[in-house]
Amino acid sequence: MEKLIEVNGLHKHFGNLIAVDGIDLDVRRGEVLGFLGPNGAGKSTTMKMITGFLAPSAGSISVCGHDVLSDPIAAKTNIGYLPEGAPAYGEMTPGSFLDFIADIRGFSSGEKLNAIARAVERINLQSVLHQPIETLSKGFKRRVGLAQAILHDPEVLILDEPTDGLDPNQKHEVRSLIKDMAAEKAIVISTHILEEVDTVCSRAIIVANGRLLFSGTTSDLAAHSRYYNAVTLSVAAAESASAGRALGDIDGVADIEIAKTDAEYVRMTVIPTDKASIAGAIHHCIREHDWQIGELFVEPGRLDEVFRAITVEAHTPGEEART
Amino acid sequence: MSRTMTIFKRELGAYFATPVAYVFIVIFLLLTGAFAFYVGGLYERGQADLEPFFRFHPWLYMLLIPAISMRLWSEERKTGTLELLMTLPISLVEAVIGKYLAAWCFTAIALGLTFPMWLTVNYLGDPDNTVIAAAYLGSLLLAGACLAIGSCISALTKNQVVAFVISFIICFAFNLSGFPLVLDLFDAWAPQAIVDVIASFSFLTHFESILKGVIDIRDIVFFATLISFWLYANVLAIEAKKSS
Repeated sequence: MEKLIEVNGLHKHFGNLIAVDGIDLDVRRGEVLGFLGPNGAGKSTTMKMITGFLAPSAGSISVCGHDVLSDPIAAKTNIGYLPEGAPAYGEMTPGSFLDFIADIRGFSSGEKLNAIARAVERINLQSVLHQPIETLSKGFKRRVGLAQAILHDPEVLILDEPTDGLDPNQKHEVRSLIKDMAAEKAIVISTHILEEVDTVCSRAIIVANGRLLFSGTTSDLAAHSRYYNAVTLSVAAAESASAGRALGDIDGVADIEIAKTDAEYVRMTVIPTDKASIAGAIHHCIREHDWQIGELFVEPGRLDEVFRAITVEAHTPGEEART
Repeated sequence: MSRTMTIFKRELGAYFATPVAYVFIVIFLLLTGAFAFYVGGLYERGQADLEPFFRFHPWLYMLLIPAISMRLWSEERKTGTLELLMTLPISLVEAVIGKYLAAWCFTAIALGLTFPMWLTVNYLGDPDNTVIAAAYLGSLLLAGACLAIGSCISALTKNQVVAFVISFIICFAFNLSGFPLVLDLFDAWAPQAIVDVIASFSFLTHFESILKGVIDIRDIVFFATLISFWLYANVLAIEAKKSS
């Protein structure tokens, strides 16, 4: 698949502050890249450079073969961008706002009506089309920003926290929308929500302190978790002590964590050595002892734990010197 | 060019979408009328001309134009729409010119609405209408110069009040640069040539010659150069400040 975004050796300094410190990445058509990182990691700054808002201190960015620095207009024509916080002109209505964006993007009057109708339908904006944007709820404002970004059916979509501030239903809608568009575009989304990476992204990268710390598929990311392939089970409280001992004796079990205790059950997580599969062995052990089991499942790996492990490591010494 | 027009239309629409436009126009008409009749003595002079009306424009613009220009860029920066605008396929120069022209067109509308003044002198007497036309042109150029200053200053801050005050001070300095208040600051130490240059920047000197009906190419060039300079500085200011 062709590379639609290519970023090489990207740096951005603000005075003494190094916001982005040598990031390389490329995104191909059909990919949804999840951009993860703690606040202030350089996610938004990187997105601002890819979309041509900020000029990098060093490095090159190319979008659909157009260099963002030397040919910004051509690059911007191919990008749909939702900036952080979905800014829009508050006194305008979504209808007039989209009309303005279409005019700037150079639509003829016939295409314009079609494009606006298509975006409005896709994003479900019909009900607020003639209401000033400043009077809309946060969810609708975000959707106006999304409609603006997809209006010209761009090859590349850059969405900075597209689901921030949305309720669970709206989040679901936005995620389905991203999935619908994924096949024919290159999409980059930044997010704090790790489950989002799991549901919509085909690949994830983690940045902290301006550096790229991880790049891979979400299952690669999950495989970094110490809980990957661990088995969580709830055993009747009366049997829990003996169960703990028996499980600990199984070959390939590294550790057992007691997660939650209540009157009836004790929930414990059995962690394998080297992330090997131990589900079979545990199943066997349970049948052998005939414990009373409340729940039993294999952990897919905990993304939040991987995220914390990767980004907190990056906060070790040296950080003060760089800020 | 069509993109500049798109920006222009949106910006002009934005003035009328809020009460700003109506408040400004009403205040502008009240003040120009009040000054012309009560301070300028338009009626008592018994002359069929609009000199007492135009004479106060530099002082009114100094106060009122920053009120229009203060939101031009500072609001875009504050609400984050600058980022949206700058990531659309449009050049910064096109955006600056489009927004500036919208503000200028808006002041032209306000100025145009003073036409009853012109009708009045024509009803009462037989004025030289070419002089009045020249004065309207001069007034428009003066407004354009103040707007270019205000537009540039508003790009430097997210705070509209700060933009207003600084623009006001700069317009004030340009008005007074032919007066002792400003010139005395330089007289003592600067060579005469520099003092002359500063004096030549006075809005009042250039405006007054147009007011008399003399459209000197040098006055036009003065205003055109001044506007271009401040708009160029405006572009640089946005480039420098957009990341903060």
